Amino acid sequence: MFFYTRWKAAAIVLTAFVVCMCAFPNFLSEKTVDSWPKWAQRHIVLGLDLQGGSHILLEVDSNAVRRERVESVRDDVRRVLREARVGYTGLVVRGNTVEVRIRESSSMDQALVKLRELSQPLGGVMAASAQRSIDVAVDGTLVRLTVTEPAIQERIRQSVDQSIQIIERRVNELGTVEPLIQRQGADRVLVQVPGLQDPTRLKELLGKTAKLDFRMVDTSIQPEQAVQGRVPSESEILYSSTAPKTPYVIERRVLVSGAELTDAQPGFDQRTTEPIVSFRFNTAGARRFAQATQENVGRPFAIVLDNEVISAPVIREPIIGGSGQISGSFTVQSANDLAILLRAGALPAPLTIIEERTVGPGLGQDSIEAGKMAAYIGAALVVIFMIATYGLFGIFANIAVAINVAMIFGVLSLLNATLTLPGIAGIVLTVGIAVDSNVLIYERIREEVRAGRTAVNALEAGFTRALSTILDSNITTFIAAAVLFYIGTGPVRGFAVTLGIGIMTTVFTAFTVTRLIVATWVRWRRPKRVPI
Amino acid sequence: MRLLRIVPDDTKFDFMRFRRISFPISALASILAIALYFFMGLNFGIDFRGGTLLEVRSLSGPADIAKMRASLTALDLGEVQLQQFGGPSDVLIRIAEQPGGDTAQQAAVQKVRAALGTDVEYRRVEVVGPRVSNELLSYGVIGLGLAILGILIYLWFRFEWQFALGAMLANVHDLVLTLGFMALFQIDFDITSIAALLTILGYSLNDTVVIYDRIREMLRRYKRMPMPDMLNASINSTLSRSIITHVTTSLALLALYLFGGTAIHSFAATMLFGVVLVGTYTSIFIAAPILIYLGVGYGREHGRESDDEKKVRP
Repeated sequence: MFFYTRWKAAAIVLTAFVVCMCAFPNFLSEKTVDSWPKWAQRHIVLGLDLQGGSHILLEVDSNAVRRERVESVRDDVRRVLREARVGYTGLVVRGNTVEVRIRESSSMDQALVKLRELSQPLGGVMAASAQRSIDVAVDGTLVRLTVTEPAIQERIRQSVDQSIQIIERRVNELGTVEPLIQRQGADRVLVQVPGLQDPTRLKELLGKTAKLDFRMVDTSIQPEQAVQGRVPSESEILYSSTAPKTPYVIERRVLVSGAELTDAQPGFDQRTTEPIVSFRFNTAGARRFAQATQENVGRPFAIVLDNEVISAPVIREPIIGGSGQISGSFTVQSANDLAILLRAGALPAPLTIIEERTVGPGLGQDSIEAGKMAAYIGAALVVIFMIATYGLFGIFANIAVAINVAMIFGVLSLLNATLTLPGIAGIVLTVGIAVDSNVLIYERIREEVRAGRTAVNALEAGFTRALSTILDSNITTFIAAAVLFYIGTGPVRGFAVTLGIGIMTTVFTAFTVTRLIVATWVRWRRPKRVPI
Repeated sequence: MRLLRIVPDDTKFDFMRFRRISFPISALASILAIALYFFMGLNFGIDFRGGTLLEVRSLSGPADIAKMRASLTALDLGEVQLQQFGGPSDVLIRIAEQPGGDTAQQAAVQKVRAALGTDVEYRRVEVVGPRVSNELLSYGVIGLGLAILGILIYLWFRFEWQFALGAMLANVHDLVLTLGFMALFQIDFDITSIAALLTILGYSLNDTVVIYDRIREMLRRYKRMPMPDMLNASINSTLSRSIITHVTTSLALLALYLFGGTAIHSFAATMLFGVVLVGTYTSIFIAAPILIYLGVGYGREHGRESDDEKKVRP
């Protein structure tokens, strides 16, 4: 039946109206919308290409995580065997495996019991799987402990989770609006920060591991001699963070690590007025630091950040209060950044920037203007052409397309979707295509009129016959849009979103709104012939 | 008001006669496109090749590209391309992927920033590392493949297999020609181009499906009409719609091409070529006649027509 019942008509009008109204919050000021309940605060988010900002994709160094995991097993083996007083030789790391040879074959059983305890079930004690973190194999007196691949993957996953938390703390310190930080795939983190003029500082904050250690300087050997190649096994050579890069011989043993810090603040030295970073340890850290400084008065210790020596002051007196300060040729900015990094904590593994896309606010504004311009002109051209071709029915089509576009904005708001420049292109394209459904219907009506049907008959036949074609032809494009959504990121995904939503609203308006408009008109005017 | 009739109501154009011309033309054009693809190559953008792209605007009037080039070449970053982009003060800088992985890319950007100084505004900076570019390329190729497969399956369900195959052949031919066009004009081939190609695929099929729908309808209604006549009648009866829809789509795309800004210029150009020029031609001159070769309506030529069927013959 061509006409709708009153209830159906009301349902159609109501649906279209409600969906259109979802776009309403976009036209209000942010303040007004903020006072609304949370569920009503839905609006379109402008993509980074329109409002400017940085998209940065980071990758966790999974090799470092792997290496660290295996090395910690090696350290555990050393500790366990020492505690059990079992003699061993040749403790080495080979790939994912730690090898150790037990001296006395009589102590093998005892050693194996202790070593097997190192292997934990994966996913906690409650996990149902029999998968364990370490495989232990015995070959005579040689024991091989292999870290299993699932255990390494688990550790990488944990590293990414920790990194995300730390990155959040760091980025929030920048005071930007609505940063987005999320996991991508197994070992990646996506950071999107809108409205940044210059991402250099952001990248510096993201790129630093910020592993801070307090260690003693090894005074048994001069750095110049050590560089020649004679480094004590308990020490290593590290260089200063500022140019010129001077070498230091630093003990490997860590007195206190940055993990024991509870606070760090930038400030100024009262005597020299140089920028400094003051810090405070937690109770355990304070106790250890007090003890270490008491034992080593008169000797230099080093503050090491990411394997670079920030400063190496001489301990003049024991530091008991649990607080101290770092000075070391800081600028106000770098002291501030170091304080942020120390407060946020160290990353479990280094992060590498593998993709960066930054759009300045100027280009974003220009893109919005260009997008609007193209949309207005494109829409105007289509509107004029439709009226020229179909007259009154062209106006009907234009009303349907206007409702269609309003509904696209409504759905985008409802989904809190991101609008990008290609997304705007998708909407403009939808305007061009949405009239196609009307064209299909109208051309069919023209045909039916030529075939000699009466006005109402021709309209009815035109609508019902064109609908299956409209569905078929739109589904093919929808498949393309769905694939695009799946493979695309950022702006391209924005295009897929508006294209896909546009297709759905187009099919909806073609099936309901256009028909309702025409049916209402027919009821009202009772035409003898169709004016198209 | 007299309404516009782009296609007269009683158009009975004999499209099928052109298949002896259109098929060789398409074959030739496809070969040409593939040759262009191999000899000129696609102009891969940084999405697929890795590297750095900077769009800068000189803050002191028109940009001195020669001076910029000199100072950037001195940095020893390998291949550096500069090109005016949009207005006279806007310059697009492309830097090839640096050896030494992702960290080296970032270091290169820092060097460029230092070299160009504070006289420029950085409107856009894109750095794509080697791993990401490889992934984007494989995503793009997989995406195109998936879309083709998905649509093929859909059409196979909705029509007979000959229709699905015919539509696919016709529209892969669209993609080949569009790639040739992109090679000829050295349009940046990046992830946005994949978006353009997928859209072209979707809309060319849209058009083909409309004609196929009509062919299917007529196949059921006129059991004995010879195939070429039936295809002609189907194309003629949907011709007005094809033309009108392509006018409206072109109007929308033209507005995007002329006013949509530099960022989507090549996107709009590619779509204009693919959707408007190639898509329409393919649906009418390739997708419909190919059905004859795929064996749809085999044996109809020898049948006898009823009077009713004679009326719709051209």
